[in-house]
Amino acid sequence: MTPETQTYSFFLGCVMPNRFPNLEASIWLVLPKLGINLEDLEGASCCPAPGVIRSFNEPTWLALAARNLALAEMSGNDLITGCNGCYATFKEALTEIREHPKRLKEVKKIFKGMGIKFSGKGEAKHIIEVISDLGPDKIREVVTRKLDGIKVGVHYGCHLLKPSKNRPWKQTQKHTFLDELVEATGAESTKYKDKDLCCGAGGGVRGSQVEVSVDIAKEKLDNLVEAGVDCIVDVCSFCHLQYETAQEQLNMEIGEKKYNIPVIYYTQLLGLAMELNPIELGLDKHVVDTKPLLDKILS
Amino acid sequence: MTDGISPEIISNEDIDPDFVDKIVEAGADRIRTCIQCGTCSAVCPSGQRTAFRTREIIRKALLGLKDEVLASPDLWLCTTCYDCLERCPRQIKVTDAILIMRNMAADHGFMLPEHRKASQKLLATGHAVPIDNANREIRKELGLKEVPPTTHSDNKALKDVKEILKRTGFKDLIDGQKKEGK
Repeated sequence: MTPETQTYSFFLGCVMPNRFPNLEASIWLVLPKLGINLEDLEGASCCPAPGVIRSFNEPTWLALAARNLALAEMSGNDLITGCNGCYATFKEALTEIREHPKRLKEVKKIFKGMGIKFSGKGEAKHIIEVISDLGPDKIREVVTRKLDGIKVGVHYGCHLLKPSKNRPWKQTQKHTFLDELVEATGAESTKYKDKDLCCGAGGGVRGSQVEVSVDIAKEKLDNLVEAGVDCIVDVCSFCHLQYETAQEQLNMEIGEKKYNIPVIYYTQLLGLAMELNPIELGLDKHVVDTKPLLDKILS
Repeated sequence: MTDGISPEIISNEDIDPDFVDKIVEAGADRIRTCIQCGTCSAVCPSGQRTAFRTREIIRKALLGLKDEVLASPDLWLCTTCYDCLERCPRQIKVTDAILIMRNMAADHGFMLPEHRKASQKLLATGHAVPIDNANREIRKELGLKEVPPTTHSDNKALKDVKEILKRTGFKDLIDGQKKEGK
């Protein structure tokens, strides 16, 4: 069992609590079982989005990011997030603040009179980073139903990995940590073409130029269909939104159900391998039906 | 034969000699070392399916073609995947340079309507993607708090966020109070 527990302030962001709360539910359910305690980060806002709000006005992006980081600091915890975009915002904002004391001063001036204390000393982590620190052996310990025969298409997402200079991973490319965590559940991480390709949603492209965005997603989905995976496993609420909604959109365009790969979050996959209730893991609340995957696992 | 296609002639008045300096100051410090190898364009997922060429934007920035770059819709095709930044043989922070130029574009009044809408949501609710009724229902069914414990359920927090957005000038920027061409 876990000798010590860690407590984090859970930063929800926008997409996870407001569009895919099923992912959030699976995180609340699974992480405590790994010895990772979560607390609400009350009063948090949008991170704000690194490709959108930072594109319009960087000082606004930095100030709002600092406010969210400050809320965690004031609660005495490090911040944790399950979205690659939010993760990018916090990693980049912390670096900016730490490397340029002038920026910290600017931010503090903006906070004047609001009772927000901020030093920039707290850390921001990704849920998969903390699970990865526990390691695949720990995952194997908690798995009670090995997901033998399940072919997974792993999707890391750009902002989990890049810019590599500001990320904690051992490698700068050809990462394997998520594949190892997936394989620790007994599932197989299937090789597929251009696995590192962007989901196409970031940078405000999904919001403003949806055709280009979906076309990027299509390239990856075609490769995943070709590889014959049973599901996609992701660790980002925005990549998740992209693969869930792009499949529906593409099917409507071509008039047939060609794209129907269940898209699940890592904690949902792990929860299934821990024999947790699929309903409590939110697996009945996906855009793409997860039933074929569940049938294969539960039969 | 060449209807609608004008030869690319650059006149002196199109050149803003300070443009690159501003990009460098804002953090893309190695941009002048660009050798136009095209690696950035080759690895760009948007560039593979559109006419967006990262190399071209960088070249135009280096030439000082400020107005052309800032008005270019191509600037908004970048998904910020960071592949160009990772692969640049000159270690230019290409993605950062694009973000810097986007800031300048927004400051000059160039913003896509969808982006302005998302920003207005942020200004009103503290979230670029706010909660809706369908997801309130789903949250309840999942045993989560019906309204997330964010600015959505904390008036003081929302007030603070709005005040910050006012102090940084974001509200004026999005409401279009800022004059174009400045």
